[in-house]
Parts: sequence; C-alpha cells; structure tokens
Amino acid sequence: MKETVGTNGLIFNEPLLWEKGVSGRTGFSMPRRDVDAAPVDETLTGEGPDFPDLSEVDLVRHYVRLSQWNFSVDNGMYPLGSCTMKYNPKTNERQASLPGIAGAHPLLPESLCQGTLQLMHELSGYLCRITGMDAVSLQPAAGAHGELTGMLIIYAYHAAQGRTRSKILIPDTAHGTNPASASLCGFASIPVASNEKGILDPSVVADLMDEDTAGIMVTNPNTLGLFEENITEVAKVVHEKGGLVYCDGANMNALMGQVNMADSGVDVLHLNLHKTFSTPHGGGGPGAGPVCVAKALEPFLPVPRVVEENGRYAFSWDHPQSVGKLHAFWGNFGILVRAYSYIRSMGGEYLKKASQLAVLNANYIKERLKDTYHLPYDRPCMHECVFTDRHQQAHKVSTLDIAKRLMEYGFHPPTVYFPLVVSGALMIEPTETECKADLDRFIDAMKAIDAEAKENPDLLHEAPKIPKVRRLDEVTAARKPCLRD
Amino acid sequence: MRYLPHTDAEIAEMLQAVGANSLKELFASIPESCCTLNQLDLPEPLTEWELDRHMQALAGAMAVSPEYKVFLGAGSYEHHIPAAASYVLSRGEFVTAYTPYQPEVSQGTLQAIYEYQSLVTRLLGMDVANASMYDGASALAEALLMAIRMTRREKVAVSAAVHPLYRKVVETYFAPTGYEVVELPFSENGRTDLSGTGDMGELAAVAVQSPNFFGCVEDLAAAAAAAHQDEKTLFIVGFSEPLAYGLYNSPGSQGADIACGEGQSFGIPRSYGGPGLGMFAAKQKCLRQMPGRLIGKTTDANGRRGFVLTLATREQHIRREKATSNICSNQGLCATSAAVYMAALGGTGIRQLARLNYDKSEYLKSSLKAAGVSIPFSSATFNEFVADFGEGFDAAWQALLEKKIVAGLPLARFYPEMKGRYLLCATETHAKEDLDALIKEVSS
Repeated sequence: MKETVGTNGLIFNEPLLWEKGVSGRTGFSMPRRDVDAAPVDETLTGEGPDFPDLSEVDLVRHYVRLSQWNFSVDNGMYPLGSCTMKYNPKTNERQASLPGIAGAHPLLPESLCQGTLQLMHELSGYLCRITGMDAVSLQPAAGAHGELTGMLIIYAYHAAQGRTRSKILIPDTAHGTNPASASLCGFASIPVASNEKGILDPSVVADLMDEDTAGIMVTNPNTLGLFEENITEVAKVVHEKGGLVYCDGANMNALMGQVNMADSGVDVLHLNLHKTFSTPHGGGGPGAGPVCVAKALEPFLPVPRVVEENGRYAFSWDHPQSVGKLHAFWGNFGILVRAYSYIRSMGGEYLKKASQLAVLNANYIKERLKDTYHLPYDRPCMHECVFTDRHQQAHKVSTLDIAKRLMEYGFHPPTVYFPLVVSGALMIEPTETECKADLDRFIDAMKAIDAEAKENPDLLHEAPKIPKVRRLDEVTAARKPCLRD
Repeated sequence: MRYLPHTDAEIAEMLQAVGANSLKELFASIPESCCTLNQLDLPEPLTEWELDRHMQALAGAMAVSPEYKVFLGAGSYEHHIPAAASYVLSRGEFVTAYTPYQPEVSQGTLQAIYEYQSLVTRLLGMDVANASMYDGASALAEALLMAIRMTRREKVAVSAAVHPLYRKVVETYFAPTGYEVVELPFSENGRTDLSGTGDMGELAAVAVQSPNFFGCVEDLAAAAAAAHQDEKTLFIVGFSEPLAYGLYNSPGSQGADIACGEGQSFGIPRSYGGPGLGMFAAKQKCLRQMPGRLIGKTTDANGRRGFVLTLATREQHIRREKATSNICSNQGLCATSAAVYMAALGGTGIRQLARLNYDKSEYLKSSLKAAGVSIPFSSATFNEFVADFGEGFDAAWQALLEKKIVAGLPLARFYPEMKGRYLLCATETHAKEDLDALIKEVSS
C-alpha cells in the first residue's frame, strides 16, 4: 500500500474550559472606566454567571488545539454529498470583515446604509439571472429556513385564492428536512416513489395530485444526483390541479448556466448560499437560504424588500400579501456579502464552468469506482453520485466502516445512509474545486479500502485509529444525555 | 480562474474516462425546454484587487464608528471584540468544516459547542441549552411553538415590550398554524403589565423580554409568579442583550422555563443585522421537546472522553414531519464566537464589563435628565433607555445625521403613539466625550 495522505501528527490533549481556568486570570482588556459607578437596584441583580477565568494565552491555545481536531475543507477533500463542500475563497472573508460592513448597524437610516442596500439589491438581481426566476428574498437564514419560507408562500398563495389545502407531495429522493418544513405550515407529507430510473414519473404524480394538494417539493437534481428529466411534465400535472412546484435548490451547484428553473416549471426555489455560492459552513452554520419565486408569487415574498429608484436604495414594507418577516433583521447579511463577492469574482462564465466541472468530477468518480462499488443507478449523474456497500457486505463490512476507514486515508467521508431510498448509501459530491490528482487519490483510497474489506476487514471495523478519538458511544450519549458541564 | 484547478488537458482526459465528448454533453439528460439560459448575464469577473476596490466603495457608503457616533441598540449592539477571539475564529478548521456528522474528525467543533451549551446554561441559569438557532426572533418563535407542543394548548401571551421585529417573526411562524398570540400591554414604568393574564384563558406560555425593547429590566420573579398562576403555563424570557445577565439575575433563577434570545452581543460583529445567534435554553422537563441540535458528552472505544451530536430522534431527518422543528443546522461559528467571547471575559470580566455598560448608559441617562430631557420609563435599564425629546425633534435628529451622530432610534416607527421618543444605547465602546457631545447636541 502506498503511503496515505492521513497521518497522526502531533495532536494535543486539551481539557474543558473550566478544567483549565483559574479564578483571577483574565483574557480581556477591560475598557477604561471614564464614568462613575451609578447606583444599581439590588433587588434585580445577581451574582453573575459562573464562567472560568482564563488568560489570553490559555484562550488561544485552547481553541487552536480544538481546531486541530477538526477536518475541514482547508485540510482536504470533503466529498459530503448534498452539502457542496467546495473551497471557500479567502477574499470573501476579507470583504465581509470590512469595517463598513461588519460594523454596520441594521437600523441605520437608509441614507447612511446605501452600500449594504445596494449589495442586497444587486445580489437579488444576480440570483434571479442565475436561476431564471423573477424575484427573490434574501432573508431566510439557512436552507431549511428557505424551505419554510417557500412553504409559507405556497400556503399564502392558496389562502389568497380563498382556500386551504392540506397535503403536499414529497418524493422519496427529496431532502430530509422537507417534510418537517411542510408540517410547520400544516401540510401533511404525501410520499412519492421515484421510478426505476431514480426519478419522478409524471403518471405517479398525476395519481396522487388532487385539489386538496398544495403542490410538490422536488429536489432537483435529486438526492441520487440525477436530474429530474420529467420536471416539466410533473409541473404541468401539478399546475393543472392548481398546485405549485417548490424546488429545493440545495443542489444548484450542478446547474448554473445550464437550467432555467422558471422554464422547467418551478414556482418557488430556495438556494443555499453556503453550498453553491461558496460561503463557508462554519461547523454547521451560519448559512443563507434565499427564496426565488416566479412573478405571480412576488407579492407573497417576505418583507422588507429592497427597491431602487434613481440610484437610491430603500426598504419597501408595503406588501399586504407578504408572508411577513422570517428574521429579526434582513437575514444573514454577512453571508450575503461572501456570496456576492464570489459571484463578482466568478462572473457568468466561470459560474457556468464551475457547474460543468462539478458534474465532470462526479461522473469521473462514478465511472472509475463503479466496478468496485455497487452503483444502484448506472446513469450519467449531475454533481454527485450514490454508491452502496452491497459488494462489501459479503465481507461483513458496512458503509459506516468504509466511511471511518476513509478518514485514515486523509479524506472526509461522504454522506452515509442517505438518501434512504438506497440501502447503505455512500453519497459522494466532490465539487469542482477538487483537482484530478486529488480525485485520483480519493479513488485509489476507495479501491484500497475495498481490497482491505476482503483481506483484513477488521482494519475497517476498528477504524479510525488515527484521529483524536475513536468511534464514540452514541447509544449511551442518547440514553443518558450529558449536555453540559 | 484560481478556484478551478482543472487544466484543459485534464478536462480532456477526464471526459474520455467518462465517455463524453464535451462538457456540454454531460448535461444531455436535461430536456432542452429547461436549458433556455444560454449564458449567465452577469458582470464580468473581477480580479481579487478590483473586488477589493469595489467592496471598499460599497463599505465606504456606510455610517460606522469611529467616524460616526451611533447610539443605536435595539437588538444589535456594538461591543469590543478581542483580537484573540477574531484570530481563533478565523481558523479554517472551524470556518470551513461542516456539521459534525463524523465525530472522530469533528471533535474541535463538538467540544467548542458543548462548552458553548454549558456556558449558556450558566449564563441563563437553565438546565439545558441547544447548539443555537438562527437568531433571537426565530428562537422566540420556536420557544412559543414548543410551549404549545408541551401543553397541548393553542394560545400564547407575548409582551408588547418584546422587540417588535421579533414579534413580526412570531406572527409569520404562527400564521398558518391557527394558534393565537395575545399581546400583553406595558405599564407606565416601561415593564410588562401581567395583571390580565388570569383572564386570558388557557395559555401555553407567557413571554416577556428582559431587558425589554425599551431597555427596561422586567421584574422576572413577579412575572414568573403571574405566569405560573396557571401551573401548566410556561414562562418564557427572551432577550436581545445577554450581557445584561452579567449584572442582573438570570432568567432561570427567577423562574423561567425557557430562556431564549439573541447572542450577537457576545463577540459577533453586527454585520447589518446578521448572522447573529439564537440562544435557546430550558429547564430539564423541556428537553425532549426542544428544537435544534444538541451536543452530548460520551466516551470512545478506548474509554476516552469525546463528544457527539445526540438526541437526533427529535430531529427532522429522523422524525421527518413529526420533528420538533425543521431546523437542521445551528449558527455553529457564531455559537463558537459567543463561547470564545464568554471564555475571554470569564466570570470576573463579564461582571465588570456588564457594570461598565450599565454605568455608561446611566451616565447618559442621568445627564440628559439633568439637562431637562424627559425619561418616560422609571424602571431600571441596561445599556439602553427611552428619552422623550418631544414631537418636534425629528428635524433636529435629521440634522444630527449631517454631524455624523445617529441620536438613537425613533420609536414612532414601531410604536406610532411614541412620537418624539427615542431609544438610546451606550456601551463600553462609547467614550465619555462622545456621550457628552450627544448630550450637548440634544439638549441645546
């Protein structure tokens, strides 16, 4: 076996903050007191929280050591399916931390915040042009928040027609959050089975679609990494019964410059700026989940909206049919800045190229691994491909074992056991920012792991041994939860 | 393009491996009716240096300190952020990691968030805290929905002194549910009037904010007693300025069942209102109904301490439509920022800093009073308070913008009956001379 990328470098142990602190230290430069102490109502005051006292050195070492226990995109390839772990450009961080941006108060009078308003207005326009949709709200703070906003828009649209509908169709290849988002709006989720090709069949949708169904929530490309080829026919079926088509655009990274979402029949679409538009994932957030709509749904978008007149930008609140507000202020503005910075750096030409290369990378992995791993849908894929552990099961090796062993080869594992429509799924999304040499290393690692599964399966069962900790006891964690110290 | 590593030769080689003649051919499965964009009509790509200039121009059109003296709070606060905090938070290992689904290679995020949960419970005097929500507004909406689930009741009472924009978000979340929100009025002293809760029928929750939108510190013990007259009703305490709990009694110690609010104050730049941090904590009895991620402590195969995402059975990807919430992420990096900030302050520091904030705003308040400005609400405040400059002050307020002073938030925007009243905020970042300049301008 060739030497792998992963190795066990010097990893420090590090206690919890309060195991480290010593009362009387400080890590903070207390501002000079230039006013007198004022009397305080002592019936309201308490003892203050029991926090540990640390010096600045303690603090820096604590968090630097913790950071070194993480795998990140900056460390290496992170082919987590449906998460689009592409490289996060560093200039985006520079722009978001400009004093005029990071220091801006959200309630500044409009005359004093033209820069942020202009940025939001322009970004909205770019997202419309990238998707083909007509209008956008930047307010939702995450993908699931965008889904909720989309569902609220669909609910409000039906309500404006004087009706409530109780159901929504959700394909088995849609994202996992979709049913929960729908149920917040009182919609019961009706599952739709995908066909033998892994995509929606319009006749199946037609059988389920009725006039008590608000619409359909499609993920396109779906979680099998396949384009819903029948999307236009599906949309027609849904529209004929007065329903709307919601598209989860989490996988938009496959489609920039290729697909006009509006022309494909989509009425509402959310985007994940932290996926397609390169903003970092931050260990789970913050992200941003703008919602794009077709013209007819524009009146229902959240308020406020940003408008421009004669080069002056302003908030517009007077939209009586609006679903209302989703965020305390205007959304995760700092994330919008990063996405804006990315789009301005890429322009149309390179955004299109990015999608092409993302699809090329996924197909390359698919083709080169399909003789080694079971590929349930052997068709051209979009930005991700889904394998299973069927071949390795013969050696009592599971998807989880493969994932854990991959860590020791220096790769973050793919998404595992999702989508549910495939048993033992390994969902691989390389993204366009991985070069051929790294893809080849990943492919070699996957092949080597398959060989190990046959020859020495315990190597996989016991993996990983290199990281800071080995497999963790998740059962006890859930049975006897310890959520704080 | 520097983010796209493929050379033409590599593309050709890879196309051959996948059996395609061109990049375009990779998209052959997409029907032509969907492919109507042809090209993306966007501005030409900028070089890194052109982008710097462009962004500096946009940022330059913003009114920020130190050039401007901005006395705005109202849910977004200016506090000093230590360089050490910014430094550790800029580390790519934190910034560019995803949700810690694979705990063996995510222990950094997991321990940091576990510590965050612990610090938040200590701050708020609660038993459990989640790994965070989107912001203070969605945290309040989720808290109210949780109370409805727990009590199987359909009505909640929310104080009119809760941040008006948070209440708008609650309205949005509630619109399709059929649940009812009743408004609790506020008294002349600026605190919520809870005397009517007994006549409101079966309430799932009573929610106040403390300090409330006017900066007034609620009498939480009395409010808890009023809410708990009906023992099933949950008492929710919201907040937008958690630094106040460095000085004032924690919600938990005063009887709150749920404490939730905005954590932006703790080391997170204002960034025009987001990203911020929805802090969410509750009493043990609420645990199984809590929305959001949770990190738990456990051991690994060698018996060593480690951390994992836990109690996922409440979550959307397992419970699907029966989940406690549709939230499937947290504001991870913002939660980490808050933890780093709380750790930098320490128990000693947060007390000192909270007191300094209190004293700055008290100085401003008492000086304005001495200069003849009316301070309509008599309750104790933190960081911000309401001043009545009179109905004709609008023009003066506008004129002060020309002098690069933003003299508070005109309250009539949110409370039409409050013409002439302004919400003023002073933190440790405002020097006495800035406060004196404001006092001189508004009282002359």
